[in-house]
Amino acid sequence: MGKIILKKVNKSFGATQVIPGIDLTIEDGEFVVFVGPSGCGKSTLLRLIAGLEDTTSGTIEIDGKDVTSAAPAKRGLAMVFQSYALYPHMTVRKNIAFPLKMAKASPEVIEKKVTEAARVLNLTNYLERRPGQLSGGQRQRVAIGRAIVREPSAFLFDEPLSNLDAALRGTMRLEISELHHQLKTTMIYVTHDQVEAMTMADKIVVLNAGNIEQVGSPLDLYNKPDNLFVAGFIGSPRMNFVKGESAKPWNAPTVGIRPEHIRLSKDAGTWKGVVGVAEHLGSDTFLHVNVEGVGMLTVRADGDFPVTHGDIVHLTPDDGRIHRFDESDKAIR
Amino acid sequence: MARAVSTRRMAVATAAAWIIALIIFFPILYTVITSLKTETEAIKGFNLIPSFTLESYVSVQTQSGYLKPFMNSVIIAVGSTILALFVAIPAAWSMAFSPTKRTKDILMWMLSTKMMPAVAVLVPIYLIFRDFGLLDTRIGLTVMLTLINLPIVVWMLYTYFREIPGEILEAARMDGASLFDEIVHVLTPMAVPGIASTLLLNIILAWNESFWTIRLTTTNAAPLTAFIASFSSPQGLFWAKLSAASTLAIAPILIMGWFSQKQLVRGLTFGAVK
Repeated sequence: MGKIILKKVNKSFGATQVIPGIDLTIEDGEFVVFVGPSGCGKSTLLRLIAGLEDTTSGTIEIDGKDVTSAAPAKRGLAMVFQSYALYPHMTVRKNIAFPLKMAKASPEVIEKKVTEAARVLNLTNYLERRPGQLSGGQRQRVAIGRAIVREPSAFLFDEPLSNLDAALRGTMRLEISELHHQLKTTMIYVTHDQVEAMTMADKIVVLNAGNIEQVGSPLDLYNKPDNLFVAGFIGSPRMNFVKGESAKPWNAPTVGIRPEHIRLSKDAGTWKGVVGVAEHLGSDTFLHVNVEGVGMLTVRADGDFPVTHGDIVHLTPDDGRIHRFDESDKAIR
Repeated sequence: MARAVSTRRMAVATAAAWIIALIIFFPILYTVITSLKTETEAIKGFNLIPSFTLESYVSVQTQSGYLKPFMNSVIIAVGSTILALFVAIPAAWSMAFSPTKRTKDILMWMLSTKMMPAVAVLVPIYLIFRDFGLLDTRIGLTVMLTLINLPIVVWMLYTYFREIPGEILEAARMDGASLFDEIVHVLTPMAVPGIASTLLLNIILAWNESFWTIRLTTTNAAPLTAFIASFSSPQGLFWAKLSAASTLAIAPILIMGWFSQKQLVRGLTFGAVK
């Protein structure tokens, strides 16, 4: 079980209000990702759930029990930190066994659970090593192992992959998703990387300046963003925004068009522009096109689209995939 | 030709370093040399070549007894250091990981007590010791030296603990560690190098402390500092014996310092550069 309910949770540091009052329900077994730019309060929110920070007001319930003022260890949660936070003076075995030792488990139980966690995480050959002798990915797996053995009602991940290189990040992302399928335990995952959010989450919570901007499945947020902030934050490369005269044909002050929803042609189209930078990724090419009267637009083209700096191209937005926003940046539906 | 210049510079710098080191070390060296002279030789004047006699060492041991003050020094220095660590580890933990608005002020206030001349509180402390029956006791002296060195111990440990990432302690808290477990199983083992150098430095400070050890003791609890001082009276000055006593007093701490110099230097310069 691991249903977590936040009711009007508010956090201030002195006079600075970081979380102005959040209501959120996380269902048992869900993989929820808190995503937002740096300083949006996502890590603070996670630390409030963990009990590492005290709430200024509001309540936190885990499985129907009010844990607002309970100590971190009493909440039945496990956390994986960005810096791994392993105990450098202990071997991998002792690191993983530490929570069990604190819970006064018997040596047999400790041995059994540590062996099992090491097997699941491919750490069996490293049990006698110290964290300093492990690679970044292995360290992160030890941190996850330490969390697993507690059999928590929910796992909390605080940007766990930010210290890893891009290739390893991809692998670990898969491993964590796989783990979620195996354990079926609630997971709350904080990241500023929207690719991680999109690929891993059952439900994404987009945060901005301590407020929840939108909660929904990855595709919901991608297809139906509630406002300009979510529209700009979710999706890579980010959505193009067209304002003023150029947006008039769609009867809105601002329209948003994703780079993948613009057709590209060398001969004819709605807008004509000059190619600035062309980023060739192999599978795709991202073109930054300067369109007169509209501004700079990013377009996703096929990897083999023949174009270079200074070429003239014609762009046609896909009318069915246009996002319209009103003066207060809310989506018009 | 940059290499040639730098070699010459290196030679000059090395020579200068040796000369300075020798000047600093000379008083200790001359004490050792004098301890190996006869009393007549010692009183004659400056002379670097002794007759290598051990008679002063023999008479220091037979007439005055070296072992008792040595044991007193060991008990007082080690005891006060361990006691100080027991108080300072939790204090430094709270200042490093749970600071309040006034933490810096408290640290400064603690240090400011070291700026006060000890003689200013001699009379009240002497009276307290007298009334509590602590004069010339090892316990009294151990407590006194603990209190004197506590500010430095707290400061040093605080500097070390600040270098330990708070996330590791938070992880321990999430793992179900109580405050006691957190300090004993996680913080202290991680801070072993820092605690070791604090311990060494404090032993040296306590070993060499002479103001209070001489004034609050007579015979029973007198450590080596009082032992040396006893040679300057009442029969007049005996340079060779005084030197032999001094050599015997500083030898243990010098040997300890020599073997732990790496740890000590690290302790004293910790946090200076990241």
